[in-house]
Amino acid sequence: MKVDMKVNGRAVSGEVEGRTLLVDFIRQTLRLTGTHVGCDTSQCGACTIHMNGEPVKSCSVLAVECEGAEITTIEGMANADGSLSTMQAAFQEHHGLQCGFCTPGMVMAATALLKENPSPSEAEIRHHLEGNICRCTGYHNIIKAVQAASGQDVQPVAAE
Amino acid sequence: MAGAQLGPAASIGIEKMYDFEFDRPTSIQAAVDSLKTEEALAFSGGQTLMPTMKQRLAMPSKVVSLSAIEEMKGVRVEGSELWIGGATTHATVMRETAESYPAISSLAGRIGDPSVRSRGTIGGSVANNDPSACYPAGTLASKGVIVTDRREIPADEFFQGMFMTALEEGEIVTAVKMQIPDAAHYAKFIQPASRFPLTAVFVARYGDGVRVAVTGASESGVFRWTEAEEALSGNFSAEAVDGLATPDGSGMISDLHGTGDYRAHLVKVMTKRAVAAC
Ligand SMILES: Cc1cc2nc3c(=O)[nH]c(=O)nc-3n(C[C@H](O)[C@H](O)[C@H](O)COP(=O)(O)OP(=O)(O)OC[C@H]3O[C@@H](n4cnc5c(N)ncnc54)[C@H](O)[C@@H]3O)c2cc1C
Ligand code: FES
Ligand code: FES
Repeated sequence: MKVDMKVNGRAVSGEVEGRTLLVDFIRQTLRLTGTHVGCDTSQCGACTIHMNGEPVKSCSVLAVECEGAEITTIEGMANADGSLSTMQAAFQEHHGLQCGFCTPGMVMAATALLKENPSPSEAEIRHHLEGNICRCTGYHNIIKAVQAASGQDVQPVAAE
Repeated sequence: MAGAQLGPAASIGIEKMYDFEFDRPTSIQAAVDSLKTEEALAFSGGQTLMPTMKQRLAMPSKVVSLSAIEEMKGVRVEGSELWIGGATTHATVMRETAESYPAISSLAGRIGDPSVRSRGTIGGSVANNDPSACYPAGTLASKGVIVTDRREIPADEFFQGMFMTALEEGEIVTAVKMQIPDAAHYAKFIQPASRFPLTAVFVARYGDGVRVAVTGASESGVFRWTEAEEALSGNFSAEAVDGLATPDGSGMISDLHGTGDYRAHLVKVMTKRAVAAC
């Protein structure tokens, strides 16, 4: 089956089977390997991308379902001049990553949050990132990065 | 490993599921016709079905996607009735019912996580009737009616037990209708690993009485706690629930997250919390 979509602003088309996952189309066919596969069971959020502006787990979407869709992956997040986006820079600045495995998904999920809610509270940030699992950071610095990216004061955050 | 994954044909995804024929009709009628093929299965948000198919617990030979059927999408309010198209995502319901029915907006906004809400749909949720799903409770408490391609089924008759519904082979949930109550609240005790409810209670107060629907507790799926309904219809307060016996724990789900008695206890606690928050 042929599928056409826009990925990071570029029109792409490819030959897929019904069962081809979006994440495999992105990683294998388009060779955009910034999108990670952690669990492959819809739990960890490492594969989060944007589909028509909304966050989705690309391991749980069929590529054929994306006919005509606009897809953004982590490779499409940097500014036009190649510098890091505000969210990416905030993750760097506030040590929101250690091994980096969860980071593409975290950045995509957090960027989607600020589009809906430009000034989220700490509780709202935590609620929104519930579907993204990080095994390294303990989350506090991720929360700080999102607070910073939204132009808010970075609060010292306490464990819940 | 890396080398083996590079070529498009050697995609790791190709082996994850059996292949199937894929159809994406644009009308309800075309979908009904397409589902007449043997072993065809409706596919909506895929948030339940994709993991199920990866585990080969479902192996349809044909997948009929409902995601391109515009007449099954959207939210409308007609008087005191809320109409939600069967293919409407949880995220859309959350946004579009915030004013008309805040308790349903809040229920939709707490399903899973944002990515699940971008894809998962109300039609898929009620058709699946997971014993811990949120919408069956909201629908049953809200005097819901399930609209299909061929008939309208009251929620009281639609939900028939764990993963069991009144749907016939190939029947599609095209919409869900609810009556907007005077006050309502959904109290969800979350099971943090799955983000489903461990037990949750939806309370809705109408002029002619109160409805209390419980999910995540019974082995027979969503149910109405009629003793609490009677007590609350006379005296709408958390104290009215205090006087009731805890529901019997013997028919309740027991698993590593909680025993049947624990869930029975939660039913009462969450009912009180829902009433207090109304
Ligand atoms: C990490 C995670 C967390 C979740 N947390 C929650 C939660 O807290 N609460 C909750 O309620 N749910 C939760 N879910 C489930 C989620 O809400 C699903 O979206 C929903 O249960 C199924 O909807 P779907 O549109 O994805 O259906 P699909 O997965 O596409 O389909 C599910 C089943 O319904 C059938 N079907 C689908 N649409 C129709 C239709 N219109 N008519 C007839 N049959 C149909 C399919 O054939 C299939 O058998 C969670 C899921 C995940 C992955
Ligand atoms: S790889 Fe998709 S959610 Fe974990
Ligand atoms: S930084 Fe290692 S998993 Fe998050």
